[in-house]
Amino acid sequence: MLRFIFRRVLQVIPVFFGSTLIVYYLVFSMSGSPIDALSGGKPISPAVVAQLTAQYHLDQPFFIQYGIFIKNLFTFNLGTSFSGRPIAAIIGQAFPVTARLAIMALAIEAIFGVTAGVFAGLRKGKLFDGTVLIASLVVIAIPTFVLGFVLQFVVGVKLGWAKPTVGSAADWADLTLPAVVLGLVSFAYVLRLTRTSILENMNADYVRTATAKGLSRRRVVMVHILRNSLIPVVTFLGADLGGLMGGAIVTEGIFNVPGVGNTLYRAVLAGEGPMVVSIVSILVLVFVLANLLVDLLYAWLDPRIRYA
Amino acid sequence: MPENTPISSTSSNHRIEHFVADIEQTPLQATDSLNEQAAPLSLWAEAWKNLRRQPLFIISALLILLTLTVAFFPGLFTQTVPTQCDLINSNAGPDGGHPLGFTLQGCDVYARLIHGTQASLAVGVFSTLGVLIIGGTIGAIAGYYGGWLDAVLARLADIFFALPLILGAIVINSLPAVREHRSVWTVVATLVVLGWPQIARITRGAVIEVRNADFVVAAKSLGVSRVKALITHVIPNSLSPVIVIATVSLGVFIVAEATLSFLGIGLPGTVMSWGNDIAAAQTSLRNNPSTLLWPAVALSITVLSFIMLGDAVRDALDPKARKR
Amino acid sequence: MRFSRISKALGVATVVALAMTACSGGSTGTTNTSADTTKVITAFGGEPQNPLLPANTNEVYGGRVMDLIFSGLLSYDASGKTVNEMADSIDSTDSQNYTIKIKSGEKFSDGSPITAKNFVDAWNFGALSTNAQLNSYFFESIEGYKDVSAMAADGKTAAPTAQTMSGLKVVDDTTFTVKLAQAESDWKLRLGYTAFFPLTEAAIADPKAAGEKPTGNGPYTLKTWNHNAELDLVPNPNYTGPRKPKNAGVTFKVYTTADAAYQDLLADNLDVLDGIPASSIKSFQKDLGDRSIVKAYAGNATLTIPSYLPAFQGEAGQLRRQAISKSIDRNLIIDKIFNNTKKVAKDFTSPVIEGYSDSVSGADVLTYDASAAKKLWDQANAITPWDNSTFTIAYNVDGAGNKEYVDAATNQIKNALGIQAEGKPYATFKELRNDVNKKQLTGASRAGWQADYPSLYNFLGPLYGTGAGSNDGNYSNPAFDAKLKEGLNAKSTDEGNKIFNEAQQILFKDLPVIPLWYQAQTGGWSNNVTGVDFGWNGVPLYYNISGK
Repeated sequence: MLRFIFRRVLQVIPVFFGSTLIVYYLVFSMSGSPIDALSGGKPISPAVVAQLTAQYHLDQPFFIQYGIFIKNLFTFNLGTSFSGRPIAAIIGQAFPVTARLAIMALAIEAIFGVTAGVFAGLRKGKLFDGTVLIASLVVIAIPTFVLGFVLQFVVGVKLGWAKPTVGSAADWADLTLPAVVLGLVSFAYVLRLTRTSILENMNADYVRTATAKGLSRRRVVMVHILRNSLIPVVTFLGADLGGLMGGAIVTEGIFNVPGVGNTLYRAVLAGEGPMVVSIVSILVLVFVLANLLVDLLYAWLDPRIRYA
Repeated sequence: MPENTPISSTSSNHRIEHFVADIEQTPLQATDSLNEQAAPLSLWAEAWKNLRRQPLFIISALLILLTLTVAFFPGLFTQTVPTQCDLINSNAGPDGGHPLGFTLQGCDVYARLIHGTQASLAVGVFSTLGVLIIGGTIGAIAGYYGGWLDAVLARLADIFFALPLILGAIVINSLPAVREHRSVWTVVATLVVLGWPQIARITRGAVIEVRNADFVVAAKSLGVSRVKALITHVIPNSLSPVIVIATVSLGVFIVAEATLSFLGIGLPGTVMSWGNDIAAAQTSLRNNPSTLLWPAVALSITVLSFIMLGDAVRDALDPKARKR
Repeated sequence: MRFSRISKALGVATVVALAMTACSGGSTGTTNTSADTTKVITAFGGEPQNPLLPANTNEVYGGRVMDLIFSGLLSYDASGKTVNEMADSIDSTDSQNYTIKIKSGEKFSDGSPITAKNFVDAWNFGALSTNAQLNSYFFESIEGYKDVSAMAADGKTAAPTAQTMSGLKVVDDTTFTVKLAQAESDWKLRLGYTAFFPLTEAAIADPKAAGEKPTGNGPYTLKTWNHNAELDLVPNPNYTGPRKPKNAGVTFKVYTTADAAYQDLLADNLDVLDGIPASSIKSFQKDLGDRSIVKAYAGNATLTIPSYLPAFQGEAGQLRRQAISKSIDRNLIIDKIFNNTKKVAKDFTSPVIEGYSDSVSGADVLTYDASAAKKLWDQANAITPWDNSTFTIAYNVDGAGNKEYVDAATNQIKNALGIQAEGKPYATFKELRNDVNKKQLTGASRAGWQADYPSLYNFLGPLYGTGAGSNDGNYSNPAFDAKLKEGLNAKSTDEGNKIFNEAQQILFKDLPVIPLWYQAQTGGWSNNVTGVDFGWNGVPLYYNISGK
């Protein structure tokens, strides 16, 4: 087991280089110079353009630029953004906020999705099953920018139960509403996955055995059916974490969350290679670790799965 | 009278009459008999036989058929030209010949809905097929063979997963080949390239779960080759989570097209789609929510029919859950 | 400057370029006798894009902070007229040599005295190319600018041949002289712009630290800058100028979308918002009642049709541009898309600017007339036939709020002229700029201008002069250039303005861009404040706001 973990951690290295190389190349090949974004369409003196180009190595070929980035990285210097702030400071500020938001959203979708999925599965074809089907259709078909806006307007402005936007502190209470919105689409996935998985396992031999043994229905459902149904759900949640960390641009925008999604989006628009790559590198680490955790959970959920 | 007491616990004094039927009268023989001449139904044939009797399947198939008809023959459903927009009608309510009213730009909501079906359906269906083929294959191979193959493929998926959708989409769309030829296919390509790792992970997880199941071990010990065991035993039994993700993703892809169009990297403005209309309705949310409502309803019905189809297929594939 | 630049998230926000907060001698804001001057005002803002140095701040969010923490030689009042701040007098007899006297006894917020040297050093710092200050081109009129912005022989590296501009001379502590490379009658008007603010000696010695924690001389000082969250400004006790704070400070909250800010405003969670998001433009007056404002500012919106497009050259091109102009029903778009918050354009400048005329001859080409448009288009086709391609209007989506009106305009063009027309979205502003700068546009592009300083010339020279910095359409007409020069050499501003309006007649014939409408700022305030008004550039006069 330890060897397995060790091997997986080692795999981070090629993944890191692979992803940073690709992402840096993508930013590099975007059309338009970052200086165009910086000057905002105003005239800019050619001498200043030359100076900025040299300062940010924008005139260098791709591999030199990437090499400079990697070299700086290993000297623990991510460089400064075009705004003059150290990239490390910007990321250090945004990540904790996003991490809180993602964890909350993940918890919400996991708890509500699994619970609703279990009941829907156990009562297939009944009223509850139908209701949650409609509910999941709603969250699939209505884009986040609408759901977020409506929730914000109703809960934040009309009812006044929460602040409409997240303050600079971005604490857990502030982030509740955005976390609900963020968790909604994935809620549909978790719900449908759990429901199907429950249906699949309900007729399994071991469930019949357990029922025949005289175990209470509650125990059969909770311990036997649910545990064996969780593998796809856990896989999904593991994969979703990354999306929640880096892709929450819309939700972060609606609720004004000072998080990673917006920082990344702005850096992409401005063509700031080092900034984008630094953020993506951390996202990759999150992915690899989340997936490792998921693989370890497989073995726990289903003892037949073994890792050498 | 202890010597008369039967060992059984039934009450002592009256005996139960046991009727034993003649062997000709029992259905046991029929049950045990096996028509050796009949060709064995494959798993898929069995599933299909089962499927076509399910009401869930029939309803969903009819809905999908309807959607396809709208997509290919929009002229059957509306005569209004959807691109003929007059700003004077901006956000106007329903009136004669325009049953659902007008958008902010003064276009007919109903006509756009009908004419937008084709592009939306194409984006949803082809993106889903694309991620299923690429992600499904890679995920199945990674999960089934494990070892270094898994390490390489799963980490490859990690790399693609880490690409932010927006960055990937902006870059793909700024490639000259793509930018000047934006269409449904460029949107599908964008969504597939950035979306396959999710299906890959789900498939991989499902395959890992199934590959150690008794029936797979049994099949292998009966001499079934590894590849054959994967195709005939492992994959069919790992399909249900994949189907779930695929059917939900179908809707999510259609909405994702809205986001891409909103960012200027989706469909060109001249291609009508529900996504385009949903994105455009954002500014009218508080004044004329019906411009948002109708494309969302159309989207919901489409997603619903595919989710029901997915459920029916899953039921048909699962011998244990089969209705007798 | 273009007003489409800020990287915004998906949300919708009215995007304006750097705007200078004006000084307002006598504000038009409502005065409330029970006003609470101890309240700290919270205001809509964004993360400044660049370090807070005067010559490096070229966008709106940094600009609004700089204008409050710095004070230049002069400032602009609510109507755009110049008011002396640090300047005692700015004199010139030939529009080329200026003598500037500053008030004595003025201090920076750290207590150090403000002398002529602080101005001259700051300007030299801003102009020197190796300091890479984005606003450096603002000093280009000054003699010696060529030397501090010289390029090496390879044309790729900045290689200044002097560290300071020869046109700037300190005479004594309160006097300095400026020599321009050539006469410019409106040069004085520019001196309220951010780039011309003074800097302390310490700031020039360590610009990096100063960009993070600037020491200024304006009505406020920057107390803390909590990046991506808040900028806290408190009144500067050393400030003696006309913009005296009527509150105990201004806190700019950083937003990524105006939509989020609007929700906060509705919940009284934010005091002042400028730029109502498109999603609420139809309802904000109902939502806010008398707490809403619509005020014209010195900006306009246009469509640029590049002169390098083959179909838009020669006489046919001229007819086509006129046809397109006449096929756009500006009133209807303003009504349906902007909820009547804008005014139809009647010239190439803005009514907020002194010298503006709503009756420049030739302006009737801006009147909507679909059948006349079709006729003009057919005439053009008789000369050179249209190639049946799609007429496109390029716009960027990251500064949102463009799609709606571009779609409306293309629909009208399509309906009136019977050709294919559509919007051409660019995902990022820099992609659009790339095509604009490299002259690779394949159709029209949306454009707009917000004045850097209130002058008619600023709406004409930088945009349509041959080879000018923002002449995106490559327009060139010697007669127009001559008129501009004549206007700049005029004895008085009034006389200059008359000549500039004659120059506009030439523009109306050539239509290098198609004027659409004049900009107006929309905004609102919470139940907790009073005295809100916007300046000539659409930025709230923050110092005038107090609690209630």
